[in-house]
Amino acid sequence: MQNSIFSTAREFARRGVQYAVLLAVACAFIGPFLWLLSTAMKSGAENIFESPPQFIPKAPTLENFGRVFESLPFVTYFFNSAIVASVAVICNLLFCSLAAYPLARMSFAGKNAIFLILISTMMLPFQLLMIPLYSIAVTLGLNNSFFGLIIPHACTAFGIFLMRQAFLAVPHQLEESAHIEGVNRFQIWWYIMLPLVRPTLATLAVFTFIGVWGDFLWPLIILDDQSKYTLPLGVNKLAGTFGKDWRLVAAGAILSVIPTIAVFLFTQRFFISGALKGAVKG
Amino acid sequence: MPRKIVPYVFLIPAIMLIGTFVLLPMIGALAISFSEYNMIQKPRFAGFNQYRRLFQDPFFWNALFNSLLYLIVVVPVLSTVPIFLAVLVNQKLPGISVFRGIYYLPVVTSLVVTGLMWKWVYEENGVLNFMLQGVGMIETPIAWLAVPSVSLFAVMAVTIWTGMGFYMVIYLAGLQSIPGSLYEVADLQGVSKLRQIIFITIPMLRPYIALVAVISSIAAMKIFEEVFIMTNGGPLSQTETLVFFVYQNAFVEFDMGYASAAGIALFALTFVLSVLNLLLTRETTDAK
Repeated sequence: MQNSIFSTAREFARRGVQYAVLLAVACAFIGPFLWLLSTAMKSGAENIFESPPQFIPKAPTLENFGRVFESLPFVTYFFNSAIVASVAVICNLLFCSLAAYPLARMSFAGKNAIFLILISTMMLPFQLLMIPLYSIAVTLGLNNSFFGLIIPHACTAFGIFLMRQAFLAVPHQLEESAHIEGVNRFQIWWYIMLPLVRPTLATLAVFTFIGVWGDFLWPLIILDDQSKYTLPLGVNKLAGTFGKDWRLVAAGAILSVIPTIAVFLFTQRFFISGALKGAVKG
Repeated sequence: MPRKIVPYVFLIPAIMLIGTFVLLPMIGALAISFSEYNMIQKPRFAGFNQYRRLFQDPFFWNALFNSLLYLIVVVPVLSTVPIFLAVLVNQKLPGISVFRGIYYLPVVTSLVVTGLMWKWVYEENGVLNFMLQGVGMIETPIAWLAVPSVSLFAVMAVTIWTGMGFYMVIYLAGLQSIPGSLYEVADLQGVSKLRQIIFITIPMLRPYIALVAVISSIAAMKIFEEVFIMTNGGPLSQTETLVFFVYQNAFVEFDMGYASAAGIALFALTFVLSVLNLLLTRETTDAK
């Protein structure tokens, strides 16, 4: 009896230590976010450089968030980001799953060569391509347009690879019986294959969304027109224009990540499984 | 529709998009690197001139040095520390997925926000200096991003902080592939947890460590946003990396030929690293 009380106490202490370590590490990751949030919620009357630093604002306020919308058209930036990210997601789902299907399930001349070339483009650094890409975009009149912003993201080798892996895992029998029924390949792709790989489609969607939402370098190059700015460019502009006003910059930064964090919270499991599927095969 | 062309029809959009916006620019970059081009006048053939300039430019060597230093510091840290994070969040505890989520949060945050957030933490009279002074690690506040000898390392720390969660997840997959029976035997023999990590976990994770080394070294060569937001290459070009050098020459100086030559150098380096790492990965996977 005494022994079991002792071991329960030990178990309890062990749990305590486990959570203490987990929590300490968590602070290192979430701390900067909370500090940013705290700064964004401090009023103009409070010294943000106070020593010791005050983590809880004395009089928490949302006025800085309001000031962000007064300083720059953040609502426009938000809509721009939302349009660009959504269209990029739809394009990726469609084009990548289209391309991945024959690469996984059909035999045709040049299949391996095409797959190899597509996949090897993953190694090309975007930063090398951006110079000619900019030239091409200007030539086609795509600079300063959402179309130009989206198109390099519209179909990625990563997405094709991810979808191909998913199609490879679908049992052959389903397709074969459909084939006998006289259903054509596009119908098989749309009605049979796509519903079966829904989790991978979701993974690709969230990865594309987060990637495009946070993209900075390409929009920085291709957009001059500020009415077309996406949120990262908006936040950068806010920091460039009001760099000394940390309350305002912090509020803008927080506003710009809320959608990403929201998406992440609801789709966390796809991130974990997706990182595994994409990066580590079998 | 003739059956033979069906697969190609599926592939048309992908081939057109990747052809136009990846393969064509690749050839374009190579062509521009052999010319003089400022976006206004027509490109003029310049032979190997841009590459010759590159080799004589101390700023290029500086950027190359900084990128390699980045690699040497960041890759070993990102290949090892996330193993411990993965072990930590692989425990079966209530609420563990909340911790996984928190550790992963920096990965999904846009680098512009991450950069600004850390710039604020790094402020000379900011929160980091206060905490380090509090525990007695430093005596006077350090201007992390303004002191030439410190700034590059301060930027590296942000890259490490951002990448941890991503590599943790890869190791988490690795951990879940290790048979639990190994640990049960070790437990029965009274092997301590720490020794279990060193003698079971890490050897079993070898292929994953190789993989993380590949991905993180390629990522380290592509660093841009952190530098652009936090230091803009300063102080005294101490945080100028290769990609920053390409960006500066292309979109600030409009010296497109020169920037492309630097871009090709960057690509060559990434390529060598990938091949090297691929060989390494194959070797460790075969050995398994």
